[in-house]
Amino acid sequence: MRKAFVSTLVALGKLDPRIMLVTGDLGFNALEEFRDTLPHQYLNAGVAEQNMLGVAAGRALSGRIVFAYSIIPFVTYRCFEHVRDDVSYHNLPVCMVGVGGGYGYGILGSTHHSLEDVAIMRTLPNTAVICPGDPLEVAAAVSAIIAAGTPAYLRLGKAGEPNVHAGPLTNFAIGKGIVLQDGTDVALITGGTMLETGRDAAKMLAEKGISVRLIDLHTVKPLDRALVLKAATETKLIVTLEEHGPIGGLGGAVAEVLSQLPSHARHLTLSAPDAFAGDIGSQNYFRRKEGLTAAGVTEAIRQAFSASERG
Amino acid sequence: MAILSAATLRELQKTSDQMRLDAITMVHRSKSAHLGSALSMIDLLAVLYCHFLTVDPKNPKWPDRDRFILSKGHGGSGLYAALAARGFFDRSVLEEYGRDGGRLAVHPSAMLVPGVEASTGSLGHGLPVGVGMALAGQRDKKDYKTVVMVSDGECDEGSTWEAILAAGNWRLSNLICIVDYNKIQSFGRVDEVMPLEPFADKWKAFGWGTEEVDGHDHEAIAAALSRIPFVKDRPSVIIAHTVKGKGAKWMEDTVASHYQSPTDANLAQAQKDFSCSSDA
Repeated sequence: MRKAFVSTLVALGKLDPRIMLVTGDLGFNALEEFRDTLPHQYLNAGVAEQNMLGVAAGRALSGRIVFAYSIIPFVTYRCFEHVRDDVSYHNLPVCMVGVGGGYGYGILGSTHHSLEDVAIMRTLPNTAVICPGDPLEVAAAVSAIIAAGTPAYLRLGKAGEPNVHAGPLTNFAIGKGIVLQDGTDVALITGGTMLETGRDAAKMLAEKGISVRLIDLHTVKPLDRALVLKAATETKLIVTLEEHGPIGGLGGAVAEVLSQLPSHARHLTLSAPDAFAGDIGSQNYFRRKEGLTAAGVTEAIRQAFSASERG
Repeated sequence: MAILSAATLRELQKTSDQMRLDAITMVHRSKSAHLGSALSMIDLLAVLYCHFLTVDPKNPKWPDRDRFILSKGHGGSGLYAALAARGFFDRSVLEEYGRDGGRLAVHPSAMLVPGVEASTGSLGHGLPVGVGMALAGQRDKKDYKTVVMVSDGECDEGSTWEAILAAGNWRLSNLICIVDYNKIQSFGRVDEVMPLEPFADKWKAFGWGTEEVDGHDHEAIAAALSRIPFVKDRPSVIIAHTVKGKGAKWMEDTVASHYQSPTDANLAQAQKDFSCSSDA
């Protein structure tokens, strides 16, 4: 996803000199292309994220469109109030770009994991929260963020994610989910770093005779309420799947919609636990441990669907 | 040779008096706090807005304007008084300070008030944003200057020093920081809570040109501003020695001036003290 982000930004930056990339001294083997191609639109702000966000806001107040890049905890938790006051409150075209969604930084440990970022960034008025599910979606999201000209948080995986979509997205819109596959039994709502897992789980569930509507909800804010409400009336089980803690992320956002209904299908939330890592391991290790694999997701949904069928 | 003529100095004194009375009136009416922080920087604001800054009150977003950020947003009443004095809005708007449904919050909002460049209130934000503005001006080869007023207490914030380091590194000669060094922070004297000395040396070590002035001497302030940048290709800091609550005799140089709202008697006293220019 990182490569797609940088190559898209280079291409768009060549066309629009207002586009800037600011980094908190990170991006080795990733940002060089932008730095070397568009040096006047690039800035390394050093290891100082609070100042980086203030500088980004100051430049946006001077007509720039700024992408501020770092590993997720440093561009969200570390400088949260600078995002809130300087970027969101002023409603500026600044995009916080975080790499390493969920357990992406694996063995680097809990300081580098991001299991709370969607929850806190979603609380900020004016600010979109976008979690692309593959490189193609990253490219589409970057273009959409620039066109919107308002604050955004872009949550990327670390590196090496495969494409899930068949080709470039021509119909991508911030706040509009994408139905990847229709189905009537289960609505599987996912996105971000779990999109591939969700797709694979949907296939496995089909083999077990369970019809899955696979919804790619890349934008957690603003949420595509209509798509969620439609799924709630047309399927028997709503599932949210995310590589994030259980509080305030995609599951929470969907629950906020469902809870307003007089009644609705059961909502199964699949997520990482509300816990720091108790041991160390790779991203795949933690995903297996927490049931965030295609097999784990398939089994959890199968059990919940059987239970709801039994009533 | 003097920078300001005798007539200009008289006019600035009159404006400063009016601004002080306006700030005291706003804080009295709203029964709010932070008056001492507004009054210590009134003379600096008067020189900035009525002598130094190139701005167009009729066109507050004019792209080539000088930028001023009040990073110590709690002194908003002083900034509003300055904006009114410079003609960004009528002085009657000052009645909206702290009023239900009004636009003038204690901490200024750029979303609500013409002439306010950046919304502030949480300390340690203004200088980073100002660095971004100055960087944009430098890269665009524009002549505008960016001026940021910070408090002494605000120099406890790490983000302030992040910005000081970056501005020195990026040689932002179009950036001016003014420290309203009134020696009293929120809950105590600076030299007791978190001493800043040797203060100028710290800025110098971070690559800034520095001058220290009497922050209530209009001529000295204007003279310092006329020498910007103090060092070629470097950002400039004016360390302005001020008195917290200056002009409010009942609270000058006290920690309480950060919190106390003027009484009716205090207001009457101020009206008397500043009556020579109170014509509104």
